[in-house]
Order: sequence, then C-alpha cells, then structure tokens
Amino acid sequence: MGTTRTPDIKTRPARRSKKAASTDGVTHKSPNHPITQWVNYLITRSPDPSTLERMLYYLKVAREAEHRIERVLYRQGKIVGGVYVGRGQEAIAVGATIQLGEGDISFPSHRDFAAWVIRGFTLREIFLNWLGRGNGPSRGRDNTGHFGDVKRGLIPIISPLGDTCPLACGTALVQKQGGQGHVTLVHFGEGTTSRGDVHEAMNMAAVWKLPVIFICNNNAYAYSTSTRQQYAVKDLSVRGPAYGMPGVTTDGNDVLAVYETVRTAIERARAGRGPAFIECKTFRMTGHSAHDAAEYVPKELFEAAAQNDPVARFEKLLLAAKVISAERLGRMDEQITKEIDEAVAFAEASPMPDGAEAVEGVYCEDGCFWSASVVRDQ
Amino acid sequence: MAAKLTRTQYHELYYYLRLNRRVDEQLTNLYRQGKVVGGVYSSLGQEAISVGTAYALGPEDFLGGMIRNVAAMLVRGFRPRDVFMQYMAKRDGPTGGRDANTHFGDLKRGVIAPISVVGELVPLLAGVGLAAKIRHEKRVGLTYVGDGATSTTPFHEGLNFAAVLKLPLIVVAENNGWAYSTPVEKQMANTNIVDRAQAYGIAGVAIDGNSVLEVYEATRSAVERAYNGDGPTLIEARTMRMKGHAEHDDARYVPKDVIEEWRARDPILNYEKFLTAKRLMTAGEKAAIEARLEKVIREDVEFAEASPFPAPEEAARAVWA
Amino acid sequence: MAVLTHLEAIRQGIWEEMERDPSVFLMGEDIGVYGGAFKVTQGMLEKFGAERVIDTPISESAIVGAAVGAALMGMRPVVEMQFMDFIACGFDQIVNMAAKIHYRWGPAVPIVIRGPSGAGVHGGPYHSQSNEMWFVHTPGLKVVVPATAYDAKGLIKSAIRDNNPVIFYEHKFLYRRIKDEAPDKDYVVPIGKARVARGGSDISVITYGAMVWTALEAAQELEKEDISLEVIDLRSLLPYDETAVLASVRKCNKVILLHEDTRIGGFAGELAAVIAEKAFDDLDGPIVRVTAPDTPVPFSPPLEEYFLPNAAKVAEAARRLAAY
Repeated sequence: MGTTRTPDIKTRPARRSKKAASTDGVTHKSPNHPITQWVNYLITRSPDPSTLERMLYYLKVAREAEHRIERVLYRQGKIVGGVYVGRGQEAIAVGATIQLGEGDISFPSHRDFAAWVIRGFTLREIFLNWLGRGNGPSRGRDNTGHFGDVKRGLIPIISPLGDTCPLACGTALVQKQGGQGHVTLVHFGEGTTSRGDVHEAMNMAAVWKLPVIFICNNNAYAYSTSTRQQYAVKDLSVRGPAYGMPGVTTDGNDVLAVYETVRTAIERARAGRGPAFIECKTFRMTGHSAHDAAEYVPKELFEAAAQNDPVARFEKLLLAAKVISAERLGRMDEQITKEIDEAVAFAEASPMPDGAEAVEGVYCEDGCFWSASVVRDQ
Repeated sequence: MAAKLTRTQYHELYYYLRLNRRVDEQLTNLYRQGKVVGGVYSSLGQEAISVGTAYALGPEDFLGGMIRNVAAMLVRGFRPRDVFMQYMAKRDGPTGGRDANTHFGDLKRGVIAPISVVGELVPLLAGVGLAAKIRHEKRVGLTYVGDGATSTTPFHEGLNFAAVLKLPLIVVAENNGWAYSTPVEKQMANTNIVDRAQAYGIAGVAIDGNSVLEVYEATRSAVERAYNGDGPTLIEARTMRMKGHAEHDDARYVPKDVIEEWRARDPILNYEKFLTAKRLMTAGEKAAIEARLEKVIREDVEFAEASPFPAPEEAARAVWA
Repeated sequence: MAVLTHLEAIRQGIWEEMERDPSVFLMGEDIGVYGGAFKVTQGMLEKFGAERVIDTPISESAIVGAAVGAALMGMRPVVEMQFMDFIACGFDQIVNMAAKIHYRWGPAVPIVIRGPSGAGVHGGPYHSQSNEMWFVHTPGLKVVVPATAYDAKGLIKSAIRDNNPVIFYEHKFLYRRIKDEAPDKDYVVPIGKARVARGGSDISVITYGAMVWTALEAAQELEKEDISLEVIDLRSLLPYDETAVLASVRKCNKVILLHEDTRIGGFAGELAAVIAEKAFDDLDGPIVRVTAPDTPVPFSPPLEEYFLPNAAKVAEAARRLAAY
C-alpha cells in the first residue's frame, strides 16, 4: 500500500539477524579446540604460570570439597537439607572469579563453589556453614552457599534464583558512580533465564550502561527441565543484542575459554562500555540435588560429559604444556586432601547454634546480634 | 498492499477508526464536563493498531486490550456506550462500576479485561493459546504491550513460555515513544523492540503502526502462523502517543516538533487519502459512515448519561464465583 | 513553623535527607523529569542531579533488587512505587531478598520503598489498595503508615536513616487534603511509637493512616452525645507500639479497631488477639472492628463509599459499644 509509510520508519522483515555486530569486542575462543592450540596459547599470552596453577588448585578444591559434601557428609547424614554442587561446571566460577580484584563484586550461583574460595573464604567457614554450625558465617541461619561478605566482594544467592541479577545492577550502579572501574559478575543457570528478574536486570543494565557481566552457567538441566523445555533458541547469547549488549557463547568446560571471554567483557566494562552477556555451555555431572539420581538425564550425556571433564581437561593441558610437573601435581592433590580433612574436622567439632538465637537479629539495630563476637576469622 | 479486502471491509476499517476517534473525543468532552470518574487515556494517533489487529482476528480468537486499545473492544462487539459507562462508573457498564476505563471483558466476545499492571496479559493470553493447543482448537490469543511494558517480568516470562511451547500467541508491541514520561531510549538500550523476537526464537516483524492495512496484514500473517502451529509472533507497531499519559498530563516533556511531525502521519487521514485515491470510498459513502457514527455516538452518550450509579451494597457482592 | 501538606512534608523530608547524606538517592518510574506521578519528587532531579534521581524502566523487581544491591554497597536508596498496588511486581525481592538478608548473613539493608496507597479518589481496584498487611507478615521489614504531615516528614526521615528495609505507605487521599504544622528544621519521629491523636475516656479507637482523620471526625461528632473517644494513631505497624495500645484499652475499657484495609487478616485481628491476651480483664465490652469488607476496592463512587469505613460508620459502632 505504502501511502502511510514514511521514510524514517524502519520496516524490516522478521528474524533480522544482528549477530555480526553483536559481540562488540567481547570475544571467545572457539569451543572444542584442539589441545595443541591452548598449549600454544599458554606459551605465548596466557596468564602467568602461578595463576594457571592457582586455577588448577581452585578447580580441584571445588571438585574435592563438593565431593565430600555431596557424597560423603550428606550420605553420612551430617548435612541436613539440600545439597547442590557444581560437579562438571567448576571451570566457570574459576575462570571468571579469578580475574576480580578489590572493589569488584561476585554474585556466584549455588554451583560456583570456587568463587567463595577465590574471594577469600576459608574452607573452615564454608564447611561450618554447610554443617549449620553456630560459629559459621551465617551462624546456622541459612544453609549451603547462602552466605557472603560484602567486604570480600561476594554476595550470595537466595533460593528464588535470578534474584541476584537486579542486585548486581545495584552494586554496578554504585561502582559506576564510584568511577574506579570496578565491575560486578553475576552467575545464574539457564533455567533462571526464564525468570523476569533476569530480564528486568539485563534491560536495566543495558539502558544504564552498568559495569556488570551476566554469566549464564548453562548446564543443560534446570532440575529435571532440559534446555528444549526451557527456551526456544539455540544459543541464549542472542539475548545480549536484543537488550543492546554483547552476547557471546563459550565453552564453559574450558577454564581458559571462560577466562578469555570474561576478560574481554571485564575490560570493556571497566572502560565504561557497559554490560555483557556470556553463556558458558557446560554440563551438570550430577543430580539437581544430592537426593536426585537424575534418571531423567540420558546416560550417554553423562558419559560424554565424563570425557569432557573440565578439571581433567585442564590438568592434562597443564601437564602437556609443562606448566606443572606430575610430581607437583601429586603434592597439590595431597595438600587439598589435607586442607579439606582439617576443615571438615574443625567444622564437625564446632558447636551447633543455641536454639534461642533464632529470634535474635531480625533487625539491624544498635547492639545488633551480628556485631556481637562472631567467629569470623575461621 | 497485499491485503485482499472487500469494499465493505475497507469501509468497516474506516468506520472503526473513526468510531475510535469519536469515542475518544466524547470521552474528553465528558471529562471536561466532570462526568468522567478518574482519568481518560486517549488512543489518539494509535487507532490503526487496535483496529487493524482486532479486525484481523477470527470470531473464535481472543484478545486482551490495554488502556489505549478501546477500538479493539469495539471491533469485538462492545458498543461505545459500554466504554462511556465504564469511564463514568455507571451501573449498566460492563463491570457495573466495579472497575474503570478499558478494564472490562467478555469471554463470549473473546475479550479479556486488562489490569493496570502493564505486561500482565502476555502470560494470560499465552494461557488462552495453551488451552487452544491442548484442546486442538484453532484459536489465537492476541494482546498488546507498550514500549514500557517490555521491561516487565510478565512480558519476558510470557513470551519465553509461549516460544518454548509454540503457543498461538501474538504480542503487539505498540512503540509509541513514551511510557508516561519515560522516553523509549530510557526504557531500553536497543530500541528496536522487534529484536526481542530473536531472543526468544519466535517470529518478529516491525511495521508502521499508523497504517491500518499494514497492521491488518501483519496480524493476518501472524494469525495464520499461529493456526499452523508455528508459534508466537511479536509485532512491533511504531506509532506515537499524541496526548499525555492521561488527560491530566499535558506531556510538556515531549518535544513539540515530534508531535507535529507525527500529526502529519495521522492514521485516519492517511487511510482516508488511500481510500479516496483508490476510489474505494466515495464522498457519499463517507457521509453515510459519518452519519451512522454520529447517531451511535449521540445515542450512546445519552444512554450512558442516563444510566444510574450502581447501588452501594453491590460493592459486597460476587467476590467469589 | 510552616503549614505543609502531607505531600509537601514527605517531599521536604526526603529533600533534607538527601542534603544531609550523600548516600541517599532515589529510583523509580517517572520520578525525575516528571517529578513523580503525584509530584512527590518534583524539583529533585534539578537539585540533586541524574545520578541521585534515577528514572527507571518499568521493572519493579529490578528497582527493588538494585536498591538492595546498592544498599549492600553502603548507599541508602529510596525507591518509589508509582502506586503501592504495583509493589506486587517487586514482591519477591522485598520478602525473600531484602527482608531476610540481615537475619541470614548480617549486612544491613537500608532501603525505603515508598508510594501512594489507599482509596477515596476513585482509583479503582489497581490504584486504591491498602496492602500493608502483605508486609506486616514478613519479619525483617518495617511498615510505616503516617497520618499527619508532621509525622510524614519525621517518619520518612527515620525510615531513610533506618538500617532495615522500610515500606512507607503514603495515603494518596491525604496528599493534598491534609495540612498541618511541620517544622522546617530537622527532626525525626521514631518508628514504633504510637501517638495519642486525641485523648478520651469512653472508647479507645485504635487506627492508622488516613483513618486517623476519620476517627477524629467521629470523635468530634460523638462529643455532642457525650461519648468520649480516645484516638490512637499507631504510625507504624511493624514494629507497633503495643504498650500504647494496651494503655489506651486499660484507660477506656472499650475498644474499636479501625482500618481501611479489608477485614480478614487485617491488622485489627492482630490487635484484637493481643488485647484479648493481655488486657482481657480490662474490657467492659466486646472488641469491635470497623474495616472495609472483604472485597477488592471498587471504582464507582457509591460502591467505593460503601466499601470505605467513614466517620458515620465509626460513630455508629461507637454508639452501640457505648451502650453495651
């Protein structure tokens, strides 16, 4: 018809692709790269060897500590309540969180155990909380990883997942106004992307150009819900450009791919160029919770995941690139076992909270419950 | 234009556009006379969207109109008196004075009543589509959001839900530039609302919201897609809010030249020009339509004014079904 | 001392706090350029700049959540709900996030969520609700409901200085209709302290918000009939001043519990329980509730009038109770 159309109304066909311009400086290494490519990368421009070794340490600590939680302490009946672990997706928290400095904020998901360790929480603190002890960081008030410390730059989730995304906008707003180039990282699963809080927050972050990186730990299952039942796109990263921010999908089982992708997004955010959305594809190598046998997940997927284990992959790479020797690796394993043994023993020997404490500290008032001597430096 | 319409249908579209405009004008008059209870939310300049979308639906389809979609209700068979009585809080209005303005519906007419909270109808109309899908009925649910409502939770959750289940849902995003005082650039960083379609993996199209035929045609395609089981469509209809958020708001925050620019794109004048140029409407036919309009408006204003307020004790009735 | 409207008092309170404390900032829909749907924040963008007066997208969950995040970073956000009816869209962030953070892991969450509530202006079911009880039942929150301009200013200042999340209900009917004296200078009214709005001896009317004025109107009416009403203005519901409630009941020995909110699960139920537990022997008559019926708030004037408690309904209840 055309009579009412005016030149400046941009009319265009359906499904217009904006992918070409969508990454805006946020880059990632292609998934499924041959190991030799990374060996070359390690020689030429990788983080320094001590950082690489720390990354391996965090991967292994997370794997081993969560193994104790999920497959030892829980089965012994020593952990009450839900148990959610990040087996198989440790590389995301490690590759992302390790890049944060003072003034930066991390909002890990419930499957990002390593984030707490990297942000300076001790294994003692972590096990005290899991075991509900009175001298733990939440003094038995909340379980699992539902504890944090703003000073150490870690703010925890609550059970309605995705609620931390708007909070991340809040911390990033303050960081932006502070002008120090600090950034916020917020992790959530692919199931959480269906929630309005994620949407509202991503839109808000884009329109206000906030220094926040939205990291989707896409582990293929939200409880029993597969990705096909969760969203109708191939890669969730297409949502980035829809909001007006870069969107990138990367291999979440490759700690260096995560590191590199997040690094570019952080640089961009520190430079005042706003948020980014990174989808890290990974796999939940366990049930939703310790009670869940995950029989709804096809066995082949577990088998494939075992071949793509992020901890084993990185260990193999560092050995191949001679960043670490087999002997040193053995010592690292021993040390981790010792640290965890010690922390578990300490936590088990610690007292449960006094029941009457339940009614204290509802409000933050003078003479606050929390300002009383809590054992904070476990 | 590919839309294949009969001469009568062209005239009906014109009738509803004009009816919308006349109802709007009457509401403003009644408001100024102090006869309206509460605010008046004008659809001035956006008539083509409500008319074109509603007219493209079949009798079994459902729609949920928002505050500026009064014409959609009219196309579905509500009368101007229903609208007047809603605004005047009268007993004989569709809600009997319980709720205001366009907050009315009728399942028999396939109309779902909105609430003030924008975006909420997206999941609801997805639910209408879900029921149709479960029962293998050929039915689509259509609803509207403004540019502002795209920032809300239900918009996102509803669209994603409909995309995953491939539901027969059409969401018409009326991008009229302003959400109350908030310009679209402060509402979202990427102001092409249609780009959200690819974020959900659904069809999306951006059209001139001031062209009733373009709106009609885009909606028809979306309806066909939905009937064929191809899932939801997001239609971004670009337009302009020509008045304030409501009658009390003089919209001084909107640059005047923008209003002037859009005044030249008036959807009714342009459609009229098209009809005249294509010889689809004679002066006589136009006069007949106008006469019909005036009669309806006059009668319905009278009827609405004569309707009493509801009896007070009605307030406590029928809280439960 | 200046005579201020209820609205102006709130505006002045926020303004003074923003001048006093650079960590106070505002977020909300249409609060900056437009000055807010009711103009509570008018002129603040010009005075304090766009970094401290932030217009948001229509995203209540993100608004509340971002306020919590900023609060954890040491800020004191004050966010506006355009209407308190829309607070439902941010419900999860309020009840699951903001309310529980301090109890769970220690940090303070000093945020204020404020906005217009209440009926009487023909706003219909979505611009009229008194939904304070949604939050009174959530430990960790504070819920404040001022009646006078003096209190509105003093309480908004207390709310902003409080280290906890405060839900601050402003009755839109009072915004421009109520004027009273409020000092230009800095003062606060503590949260949790009730006020004797009018001393009396026969029946204690315990109420809050706009209904304080309704009770006072009824009291004036009944004075002619030699029935003396005492009116207690609770000023806040969480925490509330149990001592003042019981003292008034013990003084008058008869009590009317009045609120604009609907009946079942309304605050009157909680008060009735406490009075029955702790002042049973002091009662010379049944505890009487005057509340809205259990319906949504209807739009049309006669329906809304039927719905709302008013002075006549209070007086009627008081006459019956006085004769008991």
